[in-house]
Amino acid sequence: MSSSLDQIFIRIKQLLLAPLAGAPDWVMQIASALINIFALLGVFLTLFAIISVLERKILGRMQNRYGPNRVGPFGLFQPVADGIKMLIKEDIVPARADKVVHFLAPILIAATAILALGVIPYGRNMTPFAIDGGILFFFAVGSTTELAVFMAGWGSNNKFSMLGAMRAIAQMISYELPLIITTFPVVMVVGALSPDAIVAAQNGDSFGVLPHWFVTTPWGAAAFILFFVSGLVESNRTPFDVPEGESEIVAGHMTEYSGFKYATFFMAEYIGMFAISGLAVTLFLGGWHAPIRGLEFIPSYVWFFVKLSILLFIYIWARGTLPRTRIDQIMNFAWKFMLPMAFTCIIAAAVWHYAGRGVAGWFWSLAVLGVVYIALSILLDTRKRFATRTYRFAE
Amino acid sequence: MNSAAFVVIAILTLAASLAAASLPKLIHAALSFAVAFIGIAAFFFLLGAEFVGLVQVFVYVGAVAVLIVFTILLTRRDVQDTGKLNWGGAIIAIAVFGGLLWAILKTSALSIAAPQIEALTVKRIGGVLMTDYVWPLQCVGLLLTAALIGALILVMEDRNEG
Repeated sequence: MSSSLDQIFIRIKQLLLAPLAGAPDWVMQIASALINIFALLGVFLTLFAIISVLERKILGRMQNRYGPNRVGPFGLFQPVADGIKMLIKEDIVPARADKVVHFLAPILIAATAILALGVIPYGRNMTPFAIDGGILFFFAVGSTTELAVFMAGWGSNNKFSMLGAMRAIAQMISYELPLIITTFPVVMVVGALSPDAIVAAQNGDSFGVLPHWFVTTPWGAAAFILFFVSGLVESNRTPFDVPEGESEIVAGHMTEYSGFKYATFFMAEYIGMFAISGLAVTLFLGGWHAPIRGLEFIPSYVWFFVKLSILLFIYIWARGTLPRTRIDQIMNFAWKFMLPMAFTCIIAAAVWHYAGRGVAGWFWSLAVLGVVYIALSILLDTRKRFATRTYRFAE
Repeated sequence: MNSAAFVVIAILTLAASLAAASLPKLIHAALSFAVAFIGIAAFFFLLGAEFVGLVQVFVYVGAVAVLIVFTILLTRRDVQDTGKLNWGGAIIAIAVFGGLLWAILKTSALSIAAPQIEALTVKRIGGVLMTDYVWPLQCVGLLLTAALIGALILVMEDRNEG
């Protein structure tokens, strides 16, 4: 029963492909790929609609107001209203804009965001695009986003757009480094670049309660936090949303976009957020594995989306809680703290591996991380001191 | 299927390269160049060299293209080209192309059938890089670190003067 429910989507796909049984191989491949693409788009565009209204609801709750509550029960049909509004808005292209580049930027940014979703395993046997170098594919596709952002900024022929694009690219390039380096320890320990192998390596548990997810090891926990923060920056979310800080540079590289093109940017940002969170789940939170063996009767894809939802909630929570950081603070943080810590994670993972992956390895890797963390805090002078508060600019 | 894909990718790559060489606006040329890079990555995929194709996209589209675009943006005041065709450059390009074509057509390896090689996995590349080619790898690493530090020093001096 549970296994048939677990594989229900695979069965449906096989049923859909059954009428093509005698067809040549390439027809089957294309049909299979099309089914995967439609499933992926259907699921994630629905999730985008749900998250966009949930985010406003949760933010409203955190800020002690109602949030959207006019359209449908509890305002749940708000995305439909938003979609119709965006579709019938006038599409304004600035007269001095570079028309072709201005037009292509939102398409490219959405395409790269959606492509990155393809390599994530959503459940047992449920990887839409299973390739050997899946992790590399994810980052290769993600790195083209910078070009799309530049195209948006430059094509608009507007100072605010260009400044926003420069900020966005600067912080995206800076945080791509820790983002990629924090995946190295996982890739090293598993010995494979394929997301399926990484999920498979996190199977099993100790004492029946402690799952073998990489987040339960010290290096994994540190790498997960670094990865998550870098992911916040990569998807331009608060507290790192300077590229589109409304009060400073209008909407950054999206200033000159209106109507559906703006909605496309908005969608790409959310899809990028889903992709980064999905990769974090795959790398550190055990992918589609259930936390304990007794709960394995719940289908694997449910577990994946539960974990994804928790991460997305943290994204929204951060947005509702934290103020915006300055661009120089973001850059300093990236190069002086995130990068050294990311490298330390690699060493900690190696120590964990050579100390036998057991309790001893656990303590030794924690020691490595602790020493570097304390050394960094001394070097960067960020330790908390207790003293009388002094005011520099106000008395 | 493969030969059809080859023709499509070849046309796309050649068109993008031609556009990169001939478009009047430099930024357009740089963006077409990025498309040509993607075309070359597609060739690698077609040949089964998945890893090389991904690295091609990663390094050339993600880093080199962004670098080119920024170089144009930060150094040029007028990003519009004069529109005149650089005949000297064109002649050199055609000469190089002719030379390469002649060399490729003359080579005896063209008639030899490609040997059946096993699929090159990422794991094998990693293993070879860490054993047989560890010294070249370290040298490249040192060179890149030196370049990074050099760039930092340039920027720091600039700040002290200003």
